[in-house]
Amino acid sequence: MSPHKTLVRLRHESLSLGGHKVLSDISLSIKSGEKVALVGPSGAGKTTLLNLLYRRVPELCALQPQAGGLVDLLSAYQNIFMGALERVGTLAALWNLVHPLAEHRREIEELARLLDIEEKLWSSVDRLSGGQRQRVAIGRALYRKRPVFLGDEPVSSVDPLQAEALLKAILERHETAVISLHNRRLALTHFDRVIVLANGAVRCDCASSELDSSALDRFYLEAGEDSSVIPGVPEHDAWAIGNG
Amino acid sequence: MIRGRGTTFFCGSSARVLNGVCLLLTLVALLCLPIADIQIYQVDPWAELGRMGTGLIWPHWSDAWELSRAVGQTVAFALLAVAIAAPVGLLLAMLFHWRSVRILCASVRSVHELFWGLIFMQIYGLSATTGLLAILVPFSGVFAKVFAEIFEQQSLEPGRTLSPKVMGLRRYAYTLIPQSWPALVSYTRYRFECALRSSTILGFIGLPTLGFHLETAFKQGQYAEAGALLWAFILLIATLRFWLRPRLLPFYLIIAVVLLPETVGFSNGGYLWQFISRDIWPAPLLAGEWAQATQWYIELFQSQVWPALVQTLALTQIALVLSALVILALYPWATRSMAGPMMRWPGRFLLLFLRSTPEMVLAFVLLLLFGPSGLPAVIALALHNGALIAFLVANASDAEWGGRLSRPDDPSGLKRYAYLETPRRFPAMLAFLFYRWEVILRESAIMGILGIATLGFYIDSAFEEIRYDRALVLILFTAGLNILVDTVSRRLRRLAHPEAHLEASGIDEKVDRDNG
Repeated sequence: MSPHKTLVRLRHESLSLGGHKVLSDISLSIKSGEKVALVGPSGAGKTTLLNLLYRRVPELCALQPQAGGLVDLLSAYQNIFMGALERVGTLAALWNLVHPLAEHRREIEELARLLDIEEKLWSSVDRLSGGQRQRVAIGRALYRKRPVFLGDEPVSSVDPLQAEALLKAILERHETAVISLHNRRLALTHFDRVIVLANGAVRCDCASSELDSSALDRFYLEAGEDSSVIPGVPEHDAWAIGNG
Repeated sequence: MIRGRGTTFFCGSSARVLNGVCLLLTLVALLCLPIADIQIYQVDPWAELGRMGTGLIWPHWSDAWELSRAVGQTVAFALLAVAIAAPVGLLLAMLFHWRSVRILCASVRSVHELFWGLIFMQIYGLSATTGLLAILVPFSGVFAKVFAEIFEQQSLEPGRTLSPKVMGLRRYAYTLIPQSWPALVSYTRYRFECALRSSTILGFIGLPTLGFHLETAFKQGQYAEAGALLWAFILLIATLRFWLRPRLLPFYLIIAVVLLPETVGFSNGGYLWQFISRDIWPAPLLAGEWAQATQWYIELFQSQVWPALVQTLALTQIALVLSALVILALYPWATRSMAGPMMRWPGRFLLLFLRSTPEMVLAFVLLLLFGPSGLPAVIALALHNGALIAFLVANASDAEWGGRLSRPDDPSGLKRYAYLETPRRFPAMLAFLFYRWEVILRESAIMGILGIATLGFYIDSAFEEIRYDRALVLILFTAGLNILVDTVSRRLRRLAHPEAHLEASGIDEKVDRDNG
């Protein structure tokens, strides 16, 4: 795919759910090669916007929804393998439920090392901790091997060090990414574009180099509804907030 | 939606809405009383009842081999039928977004196993094929519907993380099926219990299952033997969870195939075409005489379909209201809070007994006591369905015992019953009752086979007189009536308690459209 080609263009998109306006008059475009961070207080419409983007180009995207979309009864291996379902035939896919396919097994074991869930690869995911489950969900998205990654707070339940490493891995392996997250430092350091949403509208859409942490804080404060944001909290403590 | 309207009408009291529904149903049932054929023919049923009780307390069976073979064949039919119907239903559930599949499932479901049995018997004789098909055809439709409903309750998120190109079996095998696996298994397990009852009552039309021996024993007045058969059946169901192990299933299935009875009489698959193309249509229609054919259908409707419909509906309504009374009278005896932790066991046992015994068997026994009228059917239906729901209601009460809703100053005894337990259980109880409405209707139609003038009676006679053209019309009307009542009951359920559906979803399977 040639760089800088527009992947999705939204023009004056609005969306209401049950009489409540979730998105109002959103206009933006995502070009291939862009790494976009989506920030804004809870309830700002980040999830809805991600779903909207996903519906435009579903075949290009690996989507990681907030809850991860894991299937509890299946093992971590099977949950990651699901990313490759489109690449295997029906019979092979059914056989894989009985006996893992060798080539996929090799590849997924390698992926599990990267995600640090090797020991849990054969446990059903209902026995995993929140952080482990999230890493399995990332594994599935990576195993989709799509050019575009759409993630809804993909690293919210893992510890800070891991979050940074995982985010790097995700961004390295995808040409384009749109990721919502609460951690402002990560948003500013790892992405080249930041979109701030508040009350369903785009408050700011600019290069991350034009923003700093306190500018982002102001957007959260202006929205005024999210009490979990404490202004003036030192950078490294922002994790406490970011995990919501 | 409907509830919203109800609350505006009734000024915001939920109790008044529910009472209104109950009052309406009771009034309808009272209006049905003069229409329904319910009289006692036999003046002194007590002596007979005493002999039956003795038989039940001192069961006796001379030929143990024959008893175990009857039990074995009952299980064999049920097991094989469910083993085929569940995967077929699963496949159909994946196609349930197709209207044609939904219509197909609704129509096979709306015809009772016994009627399917009578139909297949014309084609395959008194054979294993007939018994299997009679259970698995309607069961496939039920599985499809319930499995599709279970799928609907699952989260859509896992599916959204997959490529949109992944379709069909691959998608289901990795998302909805593993997501809902525990629910699918538990419903299949429950359905197997229903299949055991269906398999038993297929004996009433001649297949060599427990029902056949039961009917013979009762008719000959050998109540000790009948008691042994009943106990065998109850034990079979009560011990289900001990012997029905997933790992043992392959072993059981092999035994089941071996145990299937040999074909008695004829088995003629080639006859199928003649049956479909000629036998089920009236002569004037085949000859192309439209006026006469219309006349034939009108006459049939006036002489048989209409009176049978009226009788079936009347008995259903009375049985529905009686079931409610049975629930209200029986459930406290099985609860920890009113009967006590120990004393609830006899109550629970009684409910389990009534719930496990097929309605047909209960009705058959009562028929011997009260003579051939609608009364035995109504009592049997009320006892079976009432006990089934009372058991669920009692369980719900026990689950709440000592929970966050209980207070040290809660009243006890009758006051507790009237002020605490019954009001709390009432909405769910009504919702369960509406679930069972359609089942009660199906069953009261089928009771006709025992000689009560409902739809089943005319269908059975039509088959006996080899008038398949008549049987077809009657069966179609029965099926249509079932679908109609199913629709109405779904609406009423929402009116009674919109949340009950959610609350009960865990136990839905226990009360959903099973056949008793």
